[in-house]
Amino acid sequence: MAVKSYIDAVKEAQDLALEHDKNVLILGEDVGKNGGVFRATDGLQDKYGEDRVFNTPLAESGIGGLAIGLTTQGYRPIMEIQFYGFIYEVLDSLAGQMARNRFRFNGTRQMPIVVRAPYGGGTKTPEMHSDNLEGLVAQTPGLRVVMPSNPSDAKGLLLSAIESNDPVIFLENLHLYRSIKGEVAEGYYTTPLDKAAVVRKGKDISIITYGGMTPVALNAAEELSKQGIDAEIIDLRTVSPLDIETIGESVKKTGRVVVAQEAQRMAGIGASVMAEISERFILSLKAPVGRVAAPDSIYPFAQAENDWMVNADDIIDKVKEIVNYD
Amino acid sequence: MSNISKTNDQILDFDYQLKAQDDAFPTLKVLDNDGKIVDEKALERADLSDDDLINIFHNMLLNRQLDIRSTKLARQGRFGFFAPTAGQEASQMASAYAFHDEDWLFPGYRDIPEIVAKGWPIWKAILWSRGHVVGNEYTTDDGKEVNSWFPQIIIGAQYVEAAGVALGLKKRNKKAVSYAYTGDGGTSQGDFYEGMNFAAAYHANEVFFVQNNGFAISTPRKLQTAAPHLAAKGWAVGVPSLVVDGQDAIAVYLAAKEARAWAVSGKGPVLIETLTDRFEAHSTAGDDPLRYRTKEDIADWWKKDPLIRMRKYITDKGLWDEDKENDYIAQIDARIDEDIKKADNIDKQKISDYLKNTLEVPGYAMKEQIEKFESEGK
Ligand SMILES: Cc1ncc(C[n+]2csc(CCOP(=O)(O)OP(=O)(O)O)c2C)c(N)n1
Ligand SMILES: [Mg+2]
Repeated sequence: MAVKSYIDAVKEAQDLALEHDKNVLILGEDVGKNGGVFRATDGLQDKYGEDRVFNTPLAESGIGGLAIGLTTQGYRPIMEIQFYGFIYEVLDSLAGQMARNRFRFNGTRQMPIVVRAPYGGGTKTPEMHSDNLEGLVAQTPGLRVVMPSNPSDAKGLLLSAIESNDPVIFLENLHLYRSIKGEVAEGYYTTPLDKAAVVRKGKDISIITYGGMTPVALNAAEELSKQGIDAEIIDLRTVSPLDIETIGESVKKTGRVVVAQEAQRMAGIGASVMAEISERFILSLKAPVGRVAAPDSIYPFAQAENDWMVNADDIIDKVKEIVNYD
Repeated sequence: MSNISKTNDQILDFDYQLKAQDDAFPTLKVLDNDGKIVDEKALERADLSDDDLINIFHNMLLNRQLDIRSTKLARQGRFGFFAPTAGQEASQMASAYAFHDEDWLFPGYRDIPEIVAKGWPIWKAILWSRGHVVGNEYTTDDGKEVNSWFPQIIIGAQYVEAAGVALGLKKRNKKAVSYAYTGDGGTSQGDFYEGMNFAAAYHANEVFFVQNNGFAISTPRKLQTAAPHLAAKGWAVGVPSLVVDGQDAIAVYLAAKEARAWAVSGKGPVLIETLTDRFEAHSTAGDDPLRYRTKEDIADWWKKDPLIRMRKYITDKGLWDEDKENDYIAQIDARIDEDIKKADNIDKQKISDYLKNTLEVPGYAMKEQIEKFESEGK
């Protein structure tokens, strides 16, 4: 096993997919010679040719439509949206079209499309480059929404997403691209979709989180363990559909829960998780479910990111509040 | 059977159609690369006084200096997002010079200098770039409104919104226009067509600019469209359209001035494609142009620096010399220094203010959040 960055894991998965299945195509703005603005497709055009890895004109809705059409010819497109904040430009292709096609065609047609896009804050981007907009697509039936938190999952989940016949919105945390490294197994492997991971075992409380918040929660758990609180951490990995089984097992064990997300508090994934817990596992709870989330304002201008974003201290405070609740 | 008619033959001649489109957009030029006038009558029509010529060149120097200083600060980590403008000074400043205070500017993220030329203080431009909300207050230091929208990040969005302004101006019978800028890449967005089509359908008061600098990040102009000229896209929606040498400040001004006059008279919008180049990286956030273009190509374009020919022209006219240039650059630098200090000393942004500005009437949870952040002084 080699230690790799998140972005290299994403690139490696695409490389392997192109090699593994000649129907896989990569398209998007600047994915060719430039290798994407984050180099997620670096060198892939050279290796597989312009026929399979190609730049598109600058139009997200065009990219979405093109990907949908290409599936009729047996292709499995990986379309890159340069920043997830530009998703509004292609929302009809995602939610109005590809999400509905399997259903619309009575199961006779598939949409094997992966929509890759970086999201998330902490890198002082210009406006509309960092928003956590997973909630927009997670409330759309017909889309899978995958948000890996580490290099190994990024690779295995991306390969699963490419194999999936359902459209998968694959959201990559921009801040983690180069800030974390981890062990990544060699060669082709898949990590199952729709399965949460217990990334830290604990007995006192369950912290349920995903994406960029997972490493933050892991840091919080380290600090909490010094203070005698043993937190279990569930990384959802796929935020739609939710792995209610893994959530339930953890809740039943600990009886206390904090849900943590980088997105604003309103609506969103955290709210869904809390609703599932209250519907199904309320009798296992010893305290109300706590929630850590960003304030309900528009995503901040770069200079105020630190004050606005959720951090490990916020998680620690909320965990203590829930642990000490009688 | 008789032969197919000449008209029908031409209708069915697709090669002819492509060639006709290609031929339909010759490039408007007034000033050549050596600072010589190639069309005296066009110069007369531009009707630029000596003061105008100096003002335009001043604005171009301001643009270049802002670029140099911003790029340097970005390298030191003292700036935020910055999209370099070197190479586009004539395209940006000579076009903007044709518009009036009452006209509404719709810029893209690279069009910071046009807003500054309209009165937006440099310190606010710095704050915008650094990611501070005060940067998005479009007022002069003495409190006068600057008729500009913000530098749009979502490529194409400004085109449609500007059409709304243009329609509003028309409805109010104002002798003013909106003018919007996008790039060669921007012409691929649906919003680009929608903006032009809407403005044209209402014969609204608008001038559309496409600054064709050859690249959209790494993607060359040729990959954006098979259209031989970006200007041709205006014709599809009934908009008079033209191509201008974007390194020629006088030609750019002439095009913009005539387009404004047309639009303000209620006849509808005009589209102007400026042929220019971005000499530097796409932005200061890690783009390396040598991944997608050659050193030689960049060097060739530097020879077509718009400052060179304008400087030569006004120097030959006896309006300019090296001392004047050095003095003016020193003035700009002093102004930039002062504005950097001002930007450095701005109050921190408050999350409670963000929440208050998200909705006019906050909901229950937001009110709680406002109280919490206020109690923490944030
Ligand atoms: C809707 C949208 N898609 C993608 C981007 C990312 N992006 C920023 S600049 C750029 C290229 C724009 O090229 P062009 O329109 O030619 O303008 P230039 O940068 O050359 O001035 C891209 C793809 C964006 N900002 N907005
Ligand atoms: Mg361009």
